[in-house]
Amino acid sequence: MKNKVKPMAVLKNGMFTENPTFRLVLGMCPTLAVTTAAFNAIGMGLAATFVLVGSNAVISLLRNFIPSKVRIPAYVVIIAAFVTIVQMLLKAFVPALNESLGLFIPLIVVNCIILARAEAYASKNGVFASLLDGVGIGLGFTGAMLIISTIREVVGKGQFFGMSLFGDGFQGMAILGLAPGGFITLGLVLGLINFIGLKRKKKGAQ
Amino acid sequence: MDGFSGILLILLSSILVNNFILSRFLGICPFLGVSKKVETALGMGFAVTFVMALASVITYLVQYYILVPLGIEYLQTIAFILVIAALVQLVEMALQKMVPALYKALGVYLPLITTNCAVLGVAILNINEHYNLLQTLVNGIGGALGFTLAIVLFAGIRERLELSNIPEPLKGFPIALISAGLMAIAFLGFSGLV
Repeated sequence: MKNKVKPMAVLKNGMFTENPTFRLVLGMCPTLAVTTAAFNAIGMGLAATFVLVGSNAVISLLRNFIPSKVRIPAYVVIIAAFVTIVQMLLKAFVPALNESLGLFIPLIVVNCIILARAEAYASKNGVFASLLDGVGIGLGFTGAMLIISTIREVVGKGQFFGMSLFGDGFQGMAILGLAPGGFITLGLVLGLINFIGLKRKKKGAQ
Repeated sequence: MDGFSGILLILLSSILVNNFILSRFLGICPFLGVSKKVETALGMGFAVTFVMALASVITYLVQYYILVPLGIEYLQTIAFILVIAALVQLVEMALQKMVPALYKALGVYLPLITTNCAVLGVAILNINEHYNLLQTLVNGIGGALGFTLAIVLFAGIRERLELSNIPEPLKGFPIALISAGLMAIAFLGFSGLV
């Protein structure tokens, strides 16, 4: 075995250093599509986290048995199995969420984040580390979507988790709730993060 | 929604009104990844059109002739993704043998299509909307043409962006996303059409 896994470091890596949305720019479709409301974003994030943790664990367990030539189809089937489980669970227990996420639940299968982690992490590391990596990346994904959806919901509708914030007189920027708002909000948030990163780098250089 | 006018409506709606990229958010990864040049965008668009038309029809057949009779609709996700992955592989091999010129043009983009959520998305949408076989085919082609239209237009914009003076933090993805947002606003103009 390689050297000991540092749980906090793996978690932190997933949530910040390799944040799937803001740093790696992966999994854009659900990020843009379900972030019209914070509730949907959390639901999607947790569903994806569940799939990520499950598939990471199974792939890591099987990493010595899957021939490397057929590894991608094998990973896809494992991921699809977990997605089906999530789909059934949501349908049974949270039908409202299932309704509002709709098409994007089965589409977790083709979320590049999950396949990317299977290929880059779970196929090379132990079960425990892969589990943690799944949790970290999943939370990073959820957090990023929560930020975007909060902006879109508060500015676009004047609501947060469905609660009215500013009273009835508030006129939201409806465009943020529509499709273009997703692109623009994400673009501006990414720009802001780059801006902070550049500032820090400049400070470090001085 | 029957007959010729119904078909035309589906086509128009999937190309312009419910554009896969700009209003349904399907296929954003290739949209952002392969849109630096107009030619590559065009290549990707054609590859997607080809695979999406085929995939819509085949997943339709799988759904109604295999999954439904056996009562295993819950395996839809697994079945569809396998069908699409196999299809992409087959298309790649067939093109390599039969139309080498086309293979050369599309070659690099074909494997990328497996993880293009627009393909799986259109397959599931067709089933959810209860389209018949013809409508499924038209929706697949229309969706792919809409994808091609958006990605080629976007590549044109990005070629111009390369030359412009953009604030440092917005370079790369951020400005691309903001331009895509502006494009999406333009496409909102079609929303009363159907």
